[in-house]
Amino acid sequence: MQKELWKGNEAIAEAAVRAGCKAYFGYPITPQNEIPEYMSHRMPETGGVFLQAESEVAAINMVYGASAAGVRAMTSSSSPGISLKQEGISYLIGAELPAVIVNMMRGGPGLGTIQAGQADYFQATRAPGHGDGHMIVLAPSGIQEAVDLVADAFDMADIYRNPVMILADGMIGQMMEPIVWKEREAVALPPKDWAALGREAPGKTHFVTSLRLQSPENERFNQELTGKYQRIADKETRWEEIDCQDADLIIVAYGTTSRICQSAARKLRQEGIKVGIFRPITLWPYPYEALRKAAQQQSVKAVLTVEMSSGQMVEDVRLAMCGLKPTPFYGRTGGMIPETDDVADKVRQILQEVKP
Amino acid sequence: MTREIIIAGFGGQGVMSIGKTLTEAGLKEGYEVSWVPSYGPEMRGGTANCAVVISDEPIGSPVVSRPSELIAMNGPSLAKFEPQVTSGGLILVNASQAEQKVSRQDVKAYYIPSMEEAGKLGSFKVANMIMLGAYIKATGALKLETIADMLSHVFTGPKAHLVALNIKALEVGASYIK
Repeated sequence: MQKELWKGNEAIAEAAVRAGCKAYFGYPITPQNEIPEYMSHRMPETGGVFLQAESEVAAINMVYGASAAGVRAMTSSSSPGISLKQEGISYLIGAELPAVIVNMMRGGPGLGTIQAGQADYFQATRAPGHGDGHMIVLAPSGIQEAVDLVADAFDMADIYRNPVMILADGMIGQMMEPIVWKEREAVALPPKDWAALGREAPGKTHFVTSLRLQSPENERFNQELTGKYQRIADKETRWEEIDCQDADLIIVAYGTTSRICQSAARKLRQEGIKVGIFRPITLWPYPYEALRKAAQQQSVKAVLTVEMSSGQMVEDVRLAMCGLKPTPFYGRTGGMIPETDDVADKVRQILQEVKP
Repeated sequence: MTREIIIAGFGGQGVMSIGKTLTEAGLKEGYEVSWVPSYGPEMRGGTANCAVVISDEPIGSPVVSRPSELIAMNGPSLAKFEPQVTSGGLILVNASQAEQKVSRQDVKAYYIPSMEEAGKLGSFKVANMIMLGAYIKATGALKLETIADMLSHVFTGPKAHLVALNIKALEVGASYIK
């Protein structure tokens, strides 16, 4: 299979087309504008719908409508735009509608900057909207993985009838890397027998809503959701471990940051310092057990979290570790990107401090 | 061998395109490659830059903070990135738009008056190709033929005559590396 050079945003859009996405709704915002730009010509070419909505709020509700009609639908935005979509995301969760949402994160808070960030971790994993509920959150660290995860995202959304977010930093959207368009094996998907496609027969009305006014009924629904999320956690949790065996220190990082840490780890290996990388691929559900297991090894003296934020994922790392090992943090934020040398310095400093 | 290259200059000098051409050529020669642009407000009038990594092993960070090679298309870019180049690295300066010299002693520097040379070839647009030709010759990172072959696919039909012009520009750039 031939390798092709693709820009992240365009590759993600093309991956959605190949996954059978038939409806794209969005509103422009940097650094993800190449997604709607690409979709504006690819959707009509493939018999789909492209619509630049009047706002992010409108776009997410159009996704709700298309999804309720049984169509694979997606939207994309960057940090401030995702905040606007949160009401709609909660409604998607409440109506159990599949959808794929891309967040190409930039530095916040507020309008912040258009440079890359990872400070929407809490928003994506803890509070996708109001009420009880989660999105499955997938975090690619390169263009090939982004493309593969987009295809998985559409399948997961259909299987679990739940929105799935691709959470990437702006760098992933803007960079170019070689990728291969792989043939995918078809996944068995449940029939969309709930879709609102018009009345089939008297009495056979499909009603898609998140409104359950009777509290006992609503509690029952929430309990069902909880059960669904447990099934997702059991089945879909993903991560990657690089050189964690016998490591002196494990760095936990995702997205572009994990790549920077990988370069730092290579550099440190040359000095004889063994650094492993633990990279969560699903940020929700989080690979708590796998991380704890990797960090339990005698050789591991500390678990360092590196993020483009003031410290968000580090809370999940600390939940996984429960005090088992020291869990220091290093972050750059507000659109600044950590440098390989600074990560390496931090590792040396930590290993000095924890020396027995 | 991993080459970490920063190409920097004013918007419109073909900075991104030098980077993309290097990346594509690296891929064609079987290397691991990545290309990261600056996409900030600097795109609109100020300095623009991109980072290219060409490696024979899987690429860790696509973000380059210590380039082994720098192509500086103007003075401000040279001033900004010169301190970041690794010791023993290479700096190619577009002497037409950078008055200052490289002050460091621990890097190799070449000065190429790319605009004057492009003018002689009849098109200022190929100034970036002159710098690219110099880079290829100075590093031996890639083959000139790989890029010549790519050009013949980019410029077709009524633009076919640009292939020869661009190849000439690459050769002129290479001639500055002695």
